[in-house]
Amino acid sequence: MSSAKQSLLQPIFSNNPIALQILGICSALAITTNMNTTLVMCIALTAVTGCSNFFVSLVRSYVPNNIRIIVQMTIIASLVIVADQILQAFAYPISKQLSVFVGLIVTNCIVMGRAEAFAMQNPPGISFLDGIGNGLGYSVVLIFVGAIRELFGAGSLFGVTILPLVTNGGWYQGNGMLLLPPSAFFLIGLFIWLLRSWKTEQVEAREFTILPQAQQET
Amino acid sequence: MRAKESVGHTLRFALGLCVACSVVVSGVAVLLKEPQAINKMRDRHKKMLSAAGLYDARSSVDPERLMERFSVRLVDLERGEFLQEGDAPASLNVIAYDQREAATDPQLSRPLGKQDIAGLGRRARYAKVYLLPGEQGGWEQIVLPIHGYGLWGTLYGFLVLRGDANTVTGISFYEHKETPGLGGEVENPIWRRQWRGKQIFDAQGNVALRVLKSGARAASEGAAGTAADAASHRIDSLSGATLTSRGVENMITFWLGPLGFGPFLENIRSPKE
Repeated sequence: MSSAKQSLLQPIFSNNPIALQILGICSALAITTNMNTTLVMCIALTAVTGCSNFFVSLVRSYVPNNIRIIVQMTIIASLVIVADQILQAFAYPISKQLSVFVGLIVTNCIVMGRAEAFAMQNPPGISFLDGIGNGLGYSVVLIFVGAIRELFGAGSLFGVTILPLVTNGGWYQGNGMLLLPPSAFFLIGLFIWLLRSWKTEQVEAREFTILPQAQQET
Repeated sequence: MRAKESVGHTLRFALGLCVACSVVVSGVAVLLKEPQAINKMRDRHKKMLSAAGLYDARSSVDPERLMERFSVRLVDLERGEFLQEGDAPASLNVIAYDQREAATDPQLSRPLGKQDIAGLGRRARYAKVYLLPGEQGGWEQIVLPIHGYGLWGTLYGFLVLRGDANTVTGISFYEHKETPGLGGEVENPIWRRQWRGKQIFDAQGNVALRVLKSGARAASEGAAGTAADAASHRIDSLSGATLTSRGVENMITFWLGPLGFGPFLENIRSPKE
């Protein structure tokens, strides 16, 4: 496929930032308790990564090497502030639920990682697509985690009750562990396992093999 | 050294980037200030109505319609009375009055000295209260704006009292900087629910409501007080949030005391002839 299509689609399953590059896991724990916050976070991160890749790529031939990390940081931080302001203006209740985590997109390794690894070496158009692609890969994992956590933890999806909870007079005993952050870790591990069962080329080769135990002289 | 790596170019590039980013960020902030202010106001109203027990997350009623049932009045805190026509500076508009801004205006506020237990610095002379008229005259709900320092910053919220100016209907905080999960649990509906029905004042008219760790004994408890009396004056503090809880207690003590709404509430309980 064309390199543009490759940049966009590869990071979804073949080179997933969370599942293969193991980046950006932190925010996956905190905001995946319900689908509304998950979706908004996915959109915010995808937009920020795409735009930051685009702008970093625009200035890549002018950035002095010794300040390039700070330059990337400045661009990313400015975009995150803009995203936060937009959320506060047009989706205030969700922005209150997301509270500090929109700001923490700045610390998300995916954004900085792609800026340094891709945008600094490639033209703006394809950098933008790479950013969007990685955002989509991140979104796939988060939606997987968020859907399971909300459905089996709180019995709802997007706030709509699907499995009526015992606490609300229904029959479903909600899985309390799914509402706690560590469950997101377990689910991400599960996702990585499922992904590598499907795409076996992602399974890393063993770095060493254990030799059979030598015979002991008594 | 290539031109790109020279000191001059580095400085120029850094400066240019900072200017560009600053312009974008401040431009967006200024452009979106208006819709954000409206959102914040709506959120404040929802929090207020929630404290008054008239609105929760599942309500389908329009909060702005509920707000129309309240009448907004300015209270002269020192005298404990509503502001009359001739009193205040002529420019004071009740709806537009911002108590928080007024606290920084030397003409509309006064500094607090050693009695500043809630860490306010200054206190506005006039407070903006919301009143829900009762069926048989008088007030059904009295909404008092309160604020005070917690751990990381100032908490701003509403304390709603019933018409008897003693029993609490509810409390809510619409702005704070407390730690999520610890001090931030002031927003937890379960913690807020225990405020309902508590009594502020004791028989002598002093503020008796305390925020205490479970097991702690209040000063008013003892041989003289009954268990029921003590329970109605006591709020369980937040686990792991000692300083925030202390801040809430200081806030309550200040705003319901002689420097806050004390005189105002006293006048409601025993109206002057």
